[in-house]
Amino acid sequence: MATQTAGPVHVAAPTRSARPTEFTQSEPIVQVRDLNVHYGAFHAVAGVSFDVPKNSITALIGPSGCGKSTVLRSINRMNDLIPNCRVDGQILYHQVDVNARKVDPVEVRRRVGMVFQKPNPFPKSIRDNILWGAKINGFKGNADELVERSLRQAALWDEVKDKLKENGLALSGGQQQRLCIARTIAINPDVILMDEPASALDPISTLKIEDLMRELERQYTIIIVTHNMQQAARVSDQTVFFSLNEKRQGVLIEASPTAELFTHPRDQRTEDYITGRFG
Amino acid sequence: MNQSAIDQAAAAGVSPLTATGASVSRPFDLSSSRSRNVSERIIGLLLGACGLVSLLTTVGIISVLFFQTVEFFRSVSVFDFYLGTEWLPNRGSDPLYGVLPLITGTLTISVIAMLISIPMGLLSAIYLSEYAPSRVRSVLKPVLELLAGIPTVVYGFFALTFITPNLLQALVGKDRVGAFNALSAGIAVGIMILPMVASLSEDSMRAVPRSLREGGYAMGATKLEVSTRVVLPAALSGIFASFILAISRAVGETMIIVVAAGSRPADLIPNPLQQLQAMTAYIVQVFSGDVSRGSVRYQSLFAVGSTLFLMTLLLNIVSQRLVARFREEYQ
Repeated sequence: MATQTAGPVHVAAPTRSARPTEFTQSEPIVQVRDLNVHYGAFHAVAGVSFDVPKNSITALIGPSGCGKSTVLRSINRMNDLIPNCRVDGQILYHQVDVNARKVDPVEVRRRVGMVFQKPNPFPKSIRDNILWGAKINGFKGNADELVERSLRQAALWDEVKDKLKENGLALSGGQQQRLCIARTIAINPDVILMDEPASALDPISTLKIEDLMRELERQYTIIIVTHNMQQAARVSDQTVFFSLNEKRQGVLIEASPTAELFTHPRDQRTEDYITGRFG
Repeated sequence: MNQSAIDQAAAAGVSPLTATGASVSRPFDLSSSRSRNVSERIIGLLLGACGLVSLLTTVGIISVLFFQTVEFFRSVSVFDFYLGTEWLPNRGSDPLYGVLPLITGTLTISVIAMLISIPMGLLSAIYLSEYAPSRVRSVLKPVLELLAGIPTVVYGFFALTFITPNLLQALVGKDRVGAFNALSAGIAVGIMILPMVASLSEDSMRAVPRSLREGGYAMGATKLEVSTRVVLPAALSGIFASFILAISRAVGETMIIVVAAGSRPADLIPNPLQQLQAMTAYIVQVFSGDVSRGSVRYQSLFAVGSTLFLMTLLLNIVSQRLVARFREEYQ
């Protein structure tokens, strides 16, 4: 799959039609307000604010090292796991600040699931991979039914229904990533964060994941970090463009409906980036 | 391309690679250098010889054990040895060589040691790998490994002069706990092998990729859930391996047992609060006494020794099977 090729992206990859009006009407589910992230003395993300509407796909794009993944990982407090990482500012999820003292990150992560860049299924059977998160979340229902429903939603059921007892790591990379999506769906989250979910995959697997995202959008809110601008243009309703300021801090340049951002960028830096003139 | 060509190219200020690429006149040379071949072969032989030393030692040990054991079984029947329940090698006219009490003595101490070292070692490993802040860990781990360097005779002293009087006799009662007893020796052996279990288990837990942990956390797992349901299963083969090494050490441990557990063979089912004799302790006892070479008693040492050898061998084989069955390979 071509990644970040030169040339105007909006010509090569038409954006989805008739979405912007729809999404601007829906209420925001996640609101990032003046987010600042430090790794030790390094100020990685500076003053980022944007809204994520419910049941939409928001793409975070921008050059390497501009803090996209850091922002994403702040939303479900995964940055707590990194020593010396400090997150300031507000991230409102259903109007509740996830960084508030009384908020338990475990509760946040049960509602805000995450899919990683490198597929990371557990070294367990496909079935156990799906049931793992459900079980720790106190799932008491029909396990077989949950496994089938999650795998169907992740468009993986037909490929694995006869080998549910096999190790998840025996699957191909694309199947592993869909398994990771399936196990995230199985805990029935509200929001799904995806950190470059297709960057390690071949073009066909990538398209499958993108199709899947469009399916999932009806039920979930998706925020995706991607290096691939065509991907952002293809799947997302809203695009947030990050870049580095003169102090090498990750800053938000522009957040717009995807069709608008790729056709009429408001900022020169956005235009330079999407037309491949970023240097 | 040989060395002189590189030197020439370097002297001419040209990169050797471009020099060969450009030199059409010189035939392209891929033939091997004779001196390098010879030195490679010598190094290979030297390395092989080092490996051979340990192989030959093993063969030597096994053959010594085997020949003397065969001699022993000419005087004492195999059945009497392995099925006999009384070990009375000193009885003048009619000695009894039933090895079972020695085996159960060894097993008693090993089981006590494992009951101490496996849970505590594993929990320490989980703490060190998953919970401890990096500064705490950087102090604790070396201290733990230092503990493994304490001579075992010191642990024996510790068992005899501290665990028995201050712990066991104080808790259970002076009249019920012998001055020499299996429990104190077992506890000391357990403490001795604990660092090994903890350190090796921790190594294999830390080797579990971070991405697996993040996968668990991202689904709303707590630290305990990630530790016990992601990291522990993924590290299981390494953890098992540490248990096996620990059991082998416990079975083969001598000094602590000699010092703290006594030297009188116990019943088939020993009372851990009283003294007993383990296989290793018997071997030491006889060797340090005045046994004449070639006598049946002398040969009995080798029979006991080869039994010990077989036990640890069996343990290793069984455990390797177990590891192969239960391992969760993460890559």
